[in-house]
Amino acid sequence: MRIRTSERGRAGHLYDAFVAERITREDVAHVADLARLSLSEEELDLFTVQLAAVLDHAEDVESLDTEGVPPTAHPLPLVNVLREDVVRPSLDRAEVLAAAPAVEDDRFRVPPALGEEQ
Amino acid sequence: MTFLTTDAGVGTIVEPFTVTDPSGQAWELVVGLEVHCELATATKIFCGCANEFGSEPNTNVCPVCLGLPGSLPVLNRQVVELAMRLGRALRCRVEPSVFHRKNYFYPDMPKDYQVSQYDRPINVDGELELPDGSVVGIERAHLEEDTGKSTHVGGGGRIHDALHSLVDYNRAGVPLVEIVGRPHIRTPEQARAYVQELRAVLLATGASDAKMEEGSMRVDANVSMRRAGTDELGTRCEIKNLNSTRSLVRAIEYEARRQVDLLSAGERIVQQTRHWDEAEGRTHTLRSKEEADDYRYFPEPDLVPLEPAAEWVAAVDAALPPLPAARRRALSDRTGAEQATAALVVERDLDALVLTAVDAGGDPDRLLTRAANDLAAADVGALTAPAFAAVSRMEADGALTATQAKVVLAELVAGGGDPQAIAAARGFEAMGEDELAAAVDAAVASDPAAWQRFVDGDPKVAGLFVGKVMKATSGKADGKAVNALLRQRAAG
Ligand SMILES: [Zn+2]
Repeated sequence: MRIRTSERGRAGHLYDAFVAERITREDVAHVADLARLSLSEEELDLFTVQLAAVLDHAEDVESLDTEGVPPTAHPLPLVNVLREDVVRPSLDRAEVLAAAPAVEDDRFRVPPALGEEQ
Repeated sequence: MTFLTTDAGVGTIVEPFTVTDPSGQAWELVVGLEVHCELATATKIFCGCANEFGSEPNTNVCPVCLGLPGSLPVLNRQVVELAMRLGRALRCRVEPSVFHRKNYFYPDMPKDYQVSQYDRPINVDGELELPDGSVVGIERAHLEEDTGKSTHVGGGGRIHDALHSLVDYNRAGVPLVEIVGRPHIRTPEQARAYVQELRAVLLATGASDAKMEEGSMRVDANVSMRRAGTDELGTRCEIKNLNSTRSLVRAIEYEARRQVDLLSAGERIVQQTRHWDEAEGRTHTLRSKEEADDYRYFPEPDLVPLEPAAEWVAAVDAALPPLPAARRRALSDRTGAEQATAALVVERDLDALVLTAVDAGGDPDRLLTRAANDLAAADVGALTAPAFAAVSRMEADGALTATQAKVVLAELVAGGGDPQAIAAARGFEAMGEDELAAAVDAAVASDPAAWQRFVDGDPKVAGLFVGKVMKATSGKADGKAVNALLRQRAAG
């Protein structure tokens, strides 16, 4: 995601003055495209403003002094949650395939996707 | 993956593969390999479904590996164990690691993301020593999950023309390590040696069955060319669909020439993924807009960080088997074996047999020769080290010719027994010098015209007399000794 960083600005809600510093309409359109979301022009405007507010909040957090605070990869104070390598029953295939939109040869039938092998 | 360094590996320097363009400019090859291996666990990486090749489609699936809402992944302990075994065998550091989601929309992942290690992989900064003594750096060996398997229907099975695809999710969630090698490989043959050595390490550690043909070991090659003698790093292309080491070698050679054609024409190489077509013997680009490398990685919130304790890593180290590079060195140190012979004997898993036979008083040179040339890989049947030692001694002492030694060995492999008794039963008792000399003289006397040609310097006639001696002695004579006697007679 190409998000521009900038000096923390004064919070505001005017599109031109505020949003352009945080995230562009094109950025939102790009991310929407990656997520396979088709957004209307109005939605693009709306989400650009909303996402800019989220980024503004992130900048608030970023301004805190975290000197000497170790980075956290997970909110829970846990590491090494592991299970033993023991086989457990899988689902019944008929049940699994009943949930598929289409089935052929005991496989999920899907539209073709370009650009990937195997 | 992006290669950040171009520093050469240490160890023996490999003379680079070069292509000279029509203007006379020589370009040299730079290759880095990325190898995906399925780990040999009983179950998948995050669920208890069986990790099994060849099951009926969609029978090893559950809510976790199908990505059904509300399901939660839990990491398989044996996945960590095997990944660390491989990492330590590759001389990597084991570090605290974190799983990320790699987001993309292909039907081969029902979750619409693949869980992988991104900026904090479990194994970092290792190296692999090849039989020729060269050393290839390993950037990382990280964990991830495999995807499902798609079959393309219509359009002759080609993905671009397919009408639709059929997906089997048995493979989705099978544990993988991706071993990212540094771009230290300089020739197609070195790439082959790297893959074979990596495979030997995977087998030795029990991390994977590493079968390229079944897809449990998959190799992608990053190929670029640079002006010979420089350290510049050219734009690379990633070659996929390499299903054998033969394909790997051919694809690298093809790609090197393709890139030099472009470079010498003043064109730029476009960084892209290319597909190897074994039948056509060429690479072609995957026509695709899906290829945008914008996977929006973010930390997988359903999995906590992995931080194997120092005690666990130490236990892995303590249990590591002797690795091929160390075995080759031990064999050479103990027997004086040449590099190539040592590589062959270790590859065939015969080094322990040879060393035990040396301890039992066998002749090192004869043992190495027979192990490298006449024994099948790792399957020596009923042959014991003491019997192998005895045969090598008999051969070294001249009691058996090379041909006879091979016959005795074959019999020992098939049914065991006493080498002396087998040799005696076959009439392989040593020929006395007098007996041999008499046989040679008789052969010479039987064809004076041919003998004259030999004396006049026609070496081709020697075979005729050797054959006569062999026939007269029922193959007991030593070919080398017969040749020596013939030359002696002709000279004198
Ligand atoms: Zn499962």
